[in-house]
Order: sequence, then structure tokens, then C-alpha cells
Amino acid sequence: MTGIDLATIWAFIIAFAVFVYVVMDGFDLGLGILFPLFPEKADRDVIMNSVAPVWDGNETWLVLGGGGVMAAFPLAYAVLMPALYTPMIAMLIGLIFRGVAFEFRWHTSQSHRNRWDIAFAGGSLLAALAQGIALGAILQGVHVEGRHYAGGWWDWLTPFSILTGLALAIGYALLGATWLVLKTEGTLRDKAYHLSWFLLFAMLGAIGVVSVATPFLHIQYTERWFTWPNMILTAPVPIAVAAVAALLLRSLANKRDNQPFFLSLALFALSYAGLGISMYPFIVPQSITIWQAASPRSSQLFMLAGVAVLIPLILGYTSWAYWVFRGKVRAGSGYH
Amino acid sequence: MFDGWDAVDLARAQFAFTMAFHIVFPAFSIGLASYLAVLEALWLSTGREVFINLFNYWLKIFAVGFGMGVVSGIVISYQLGTNWSAYSDKTGPIVGPLMAYEVLTAFFLEAGFLGVMLFGLERVGHKLHFLATSMVAIGTLFSAFWILSANSWMQTPAGYAVNPDGQFVPDDWLKIIFNPSFPYRFVHMVLAAYLTTALVVGAVGAFHLMRDRHLPGARVMFSMAMWMATLVAPIQILAGDQHGLDTLAHQPVKIMGMEGHFQSHKDGAPLYLFGLPDQAAGEVKYAIEVPKLGSLILKHSLDAPMAGLDTVPREDWPPVPIIFWSFRIMVGLGFLMLGLGLFSLWTRWRGSLYESRPLHLFALAMGPAGFVAVLAGWFTTEVGRQPFTVYGLLRTVESASPLAAPAVGSSLVAFVIVYFIVYAAGLTYLFRLMAQPPHHGEQGPSHAPVRAAGITPAAGVAAEGAAR
Repeated sequence: MTGIDLATIWAFIIAFAVFVYVVMDGFDLGLGILFPLFPEKADRDVIMNSVAPVWDGNETWLVLGGGGVMAAFPLAYAVLMPALYTPMIAMLIGLIFRGVAFEFRWHTSQSHRNRWDIAFAGGSLLAALAQGIALGAILQGVHVEGRHYAGGWWDWLTPFSILTGLALAIGYALLGATWLVLKTEGTLRDKAYHLSWFLLFAMLGAIGVVSVATPFLHIQYTERWFTWPNMILTAPVPIAVAAVAALLLRSLANKRDNQPFFLSLALFALSYAGLGISMYPFIVPQSITIWQAASPRSSQLFMLAGVAVLIPLILGYTSWAYWVFRGKVRAGSGYH
Repeated sequence: MFDGWDAVDLARAQFAFTMAFHIVFPAFSIGLASYLAVLEALWLSTGREVFINLFNYWLKIFAVGFGMGVVSGIVISYQLGTNWSAYSDKTGPIVGPLMAYEVLTAFFLEAGFLGVMLFGLERVGHKLHFLATSMVAIGTLFSAFWILSANSWMQTPAGYAVNPDGQFVPDDWLKIIFNPSFPYRFVHMVLAAYLTTALVVGAVGAFHLMRDRHLPGARVMFSMAMWMATLVAPIQILAGDQHGLDTLAHQPVKIMGMEGHFQSHKDGAPLYLFGLPDQAAGEVKYAIEVPKLGSLILKHSLDAPMAGLDTVPREDWPPVPIIFWSFRIMVGLGFLMLGLGLFSLWTRWRGSLYESRPLHLFALAMGPAGFVAVLAGWFTTEVGRQPFTVYGLLRTVESASPLAAPAVGSSLVAFVIVYFIVYAAGLTYLFRLMAQPPHHGEQGPSHAPVRAAGITPAAGVAAEGAAR
């Protein structure tokens, strides 16, 4: 086993966990972001019921992503968490409000319930913005001295990080809208179609702006994307984005309920791959590589054994849970 | 704001606050998940309706409590990075994988099957639903296993080496996982969770029995809870004693603090029943003591010599007044639980288990006792670990993030405000659910809107009457 680059394997495992998180919690955060646009109580009940059985599992991937970084790349965790202090606290507070709203909204009188609907929507938006801002803050790099973060607690705040915050919130909203297309019917679905159009163009715009802005952050990003022979690998990414966008537009036009959600996920996957291309092999851009941050082989191997056995199992029973609650959610026949 | 404050003190306050609010929910969930599995198993094997009614009744309460445990738990896992980054860097290679295994074996298992457990009975059928309930229950126990292993390693570190960067690195994973204090702490905590839940169930049962002593659901839950208290409280006291002896072997300074033993005693140390420990003066004021009983309990010999804090450098002393008192609160409550169990056994033998008003009042008053005991015990063991995060090896002041006090103070204020809003609401809903009697045809969480809109408590009572 000595010849294996465990650090790279772990970088992929954590990237996978974070991506699964984005895939799974992205749409339910998106539903929260879109909540104010669906003022009808019946619509809101259906929207909540479409994710109530699975949101908790979705968020567990965030714990795995964070915990995985601490375990596999403790130095990166120790540097990034203080650097992202404010967005992280904001994200946690957002997740608290939206998480408890799933149960609390059923236990209140009508006027009270609206209060938890506000908590659900506000918490979702706050968490999405904070995650996007954190991403932007990581990309633009943080001030490291020795084994510590050496900047202030507002260093993350730049136009670029605000841009990535908005971009992620838009992206999650698109996932939420296309999820509703998949899981609902009638006027609720029609409205979701309408929103999907608008959000798709907004997301494509956001992808464009972030892609243009990123190379200006560091010369390394420019070299990674625009030098030969790297371009053999990097050029297909924007081409694929254009192709998926075209398919997505067609599925929205033809009202294929089952397609837009998965094509939106494909857009996320491509953006995510682009992010990976920009960052690798740094885990704290321009400062710390995955090899510098890696915990000892014995730690990474010990966890790898567990991951190899347990992740397939987890994906198996999680899929089963989704299968149990498959199909369209109808008003009044919800599980809540 | 917060300029001139100590960032490490604020970070400690934040951890203590968020952890104290978090720990009561897992303690309740561990016990309640097992109780739900037992109720469902009894329903499936006997077919008696009272068991499914109770199952659905407690499932609704479980759903609210579990959600609050999840969101407050995410805060804890990220707080290690935000406020304790130096700790994360140094212990990440050991504590990180233990917590990763907790996520992989426990959190996913609980979360993956929770949806089916809460909402899926009609969709998957009885057997698969029971499987889901059992998986959630097993998940809570796995979770306790790993997190207590990580916590115990901080108390009694083993199986590690230190690398040139100052990180603790694994040398022997089995020694790390099964470090010296882990088996005791695990047993003690799981029993505490079972007792905590039994006391809550018992209090709710007693509350409804005082209103209607013929209510079948209240009778069954009260009887089950009292059996748990009768059987588990004495076992817990024995387990706690063993845990204490293990602590004496590995963390003698913590025991000195818990006992208020500032001075060494060459021929038998006293047991202080009460007193006011004065850390600065190094003595217990107004002490009420039983001579030599301390040595008898800890060394099983009246005249065994016991070293005191006077043999330890002052900078290594834990905050004695806190752990002296938290320990006494925990032990006192433990004996009250034993008393409740014995009282219920006596009334059971007399045939007045469902009629004895003193017993019901006692059980009702003891409803929160498990939570208080868990918190007191947790304060004892964690504050007693101070001034270290990894006992004897890594000081708390060397573990904190390089953050200014205003950052830590602001986030502390934010968490306090958010938790008070969320917990005030959550506890209100929990009490409202518990105030309803379990009735005939009790529905699970999947029918909450129907219930809220339609069946009134009066209708439930009428249905209950019809069932009898």
C-alpha cells in the first residue's frame, strides 16, 4: 500500500461527500429559498412534505464533509475554519432555524406556523449564501502563518465572495424549482416550471461571471485553465456546460417532468469539476497542498477501510429511503 | 464589544453552552429510540393496541427532540474548527477518524432510517418498519460508542505518538478506541440515557395517571418506566462507582477536585458531604465530613493514605468548586432515582402502583432529574479534565483558535439568542405533546395535520372510553 497516494484518494472522497451534500441538501435549501414565492398553505405543506423524510440524511453529508476534512486534512481544517468564521457561524444558525422548522411548523397554530415558515425560508437562504461565500473565500485564498490562520474575522468579505454567495443561492433555487417539477403536479408544478426558466438563465449568468472573475484572483488559476496542454482537459468543461444547458432548456420547453432536476444536477457537477480543476492540489489555495495538510497514513488508512465498506451501504439504504417516498407528493396525502 | 475579554474563556463558555443544550437531546434520543423499538416489538408480538398507541405517542415526541439534537450537533462538530483550531490540528489525526466513524456508522444510519420510521409505516409494512426503528435505535448506540471513545481518549489518552509538528498521531487504533476510561464511560452514559428516558416516560405516565388512573396507555408506560428505574438505578450506581475507581487510577487529580481533597491524608481521607471549596485558600470551608469514608469508598480501606491537591502544581488544578458540587448533584440524584425505583417496587407489591399519589408526585418531580444528572455528570468529567483538553498533554489555552475576543464573543451572543428562541419553542411543543394523554387510535407524526385540524382531546378521551 506504500505506493498509493492516499492524500489524493482522500481529496476525492471529501470532494465526493461535499458534492453529495450539494446534490442532496442543495435542492432542499433551494425549496426554502423559493418558499416566499409560494404563499399558499397547501403548496407549502406539499413542498415541506416532499423533503421531510430525507432532509436529515441530506445534512449528514455536510457533517461528513466537515468531519472528513478534520480527520484527513486536520491542518486545512484548522486554518480554514477560523478564516471562514463568520460565514460558518451564519451557516450553522441558518441550518438550525430551517432544521427545526420541519417539525415545529406542524405543532403551532396557523398564525404561529407562518413564523416557522419564515424561519425555514430565512434559514435556508442564510445557509446557502454562507456556503457560497465560504467557497469564494477559500478560492481567493487566506492568510496563513506557520500552522495558523493569521487574518482577521472579516477578511472573507470581498465582492468575489459575495458573488459566489449569490451564485450558489441561485443554483440551489434552480435545484429546488426543478425538484418541484419532479415531485409535484398541477399549478404548483406549472409555477415551478416558470421559475425554472428564470433561474436557469440566472444560474448560467452566475456561472459565466464567476468563471470570468476566478482567473483574475490568482495567476495560477489562469495558467491552470488557459495554457497548453492543460486546455485539452479544461476546454471540454465549458463546452459540456453549454450542451447541458441546451438539454435543460429543451426539457423545460417540452415539459419533461423527470429531466430538469437531473440536468440541473449535471450543471452543478460540471461547475464543481471546474472548481476542482482550479484548486487541485491545493486544499487552502496558494498556501497548503493536500499532502502538506494530510494526516498520517495510519489515520487515512484506518478511515479508508470504513469508507470503502460503509459508503456503499449508506448509498444503498439512503436510496431505499428515497424509493419508499418516491413519486409525486399530493396535497392532503402527505406523510406529515 | 468584548474588547479586553479573554478569547479562550469566551470559547470555553460557548462550548459549554452549546454542548449543554446539545447533550440532553442525544441522552433522551438514545433511551427513547430503544424504548420505541421495544414498544414496536411488543406490538408486533402481542398485537395489543396499547403498544402501537404508545409507540405513536412517543414517536411524535421523538421527532421533535431528534431534530433539535441534529441541528445542535452540527454546531458542535463545526465549533471544533472555528473556536478550537489548534486542538483540531493537533488531535485531528486521532479524534477526527473516531468522529468520522461516528458519522459513517451512526449518523447516516439514524438519518437514513428516520424518515421511514416517522412517516413510512403504511408504505413499507410492519416488518420493514420495525427494521427501520431498530436501525435508528442501533444508530444512537453506535453514535454513543464513537463519541464516547473520542471523549475518553481526551481523558485517558493511549495508543498515540507525537510527530515533529506537535500532532498526536495514531500508533495503535485498538488502544485508542478502547482507551482505559472508555468502557466505564460508555456503560455509564448509556445507562444514564436509559434512566433519563425512563424518568421522562414515568413522569408523563404519572401525570396522566393522576388525572385518570384507568388510562391504559398511562398505566403501561408508567409500569415500564418504573421497572426501568428499579432495575437500572442500582446498576448505574455500581457502574458509576467503577467509573470513579477507574478515574482514580488514571486521573487522580480530577478525583481530588471532586472530593475537595486539597490536603493529603496519610491515614484515611474523609468524605465531605457538604462544604464550600475555596480554590484560592486551598480548603473546604464549613465542611460536614465523615472521617475516613473517602478512603473506604475509593480505596476500600479505612486507613488508606490519599494524596491531595497539595501534591499537584497549582497551574494543573481543575476548578474545584464546580466539580465538587456537580459531582454531589449527580450522586444525590442517582440515589433519589434508586429511591423512586424502590418506592415503586413497594407500591407494586402492595398493588397500588397506579393509585399511589405520593409515588406519582415523586415520579413527576423526578421527570427532569435524568437531564440534570447527565449535565452534572458531564460538567464533572469535562471541567475535571481542565486545564487540559487532552489530559496532561495539551492545555486548553494551547488548543484555541487564533481569534480575537470580539469574534468569539459575538458568535456566543448569537448562539445564546438563537438557542433561547429555538429551545423555548421546542420545549413548548414537547410539553404540549406530553400534556395530551395517549389515547385509543393514536396517530404517528404522519397524521399530525389531520390531528391538529380534526380530533380534539375530548374526542380522544371519548374514543379511549369506548375502547375500555
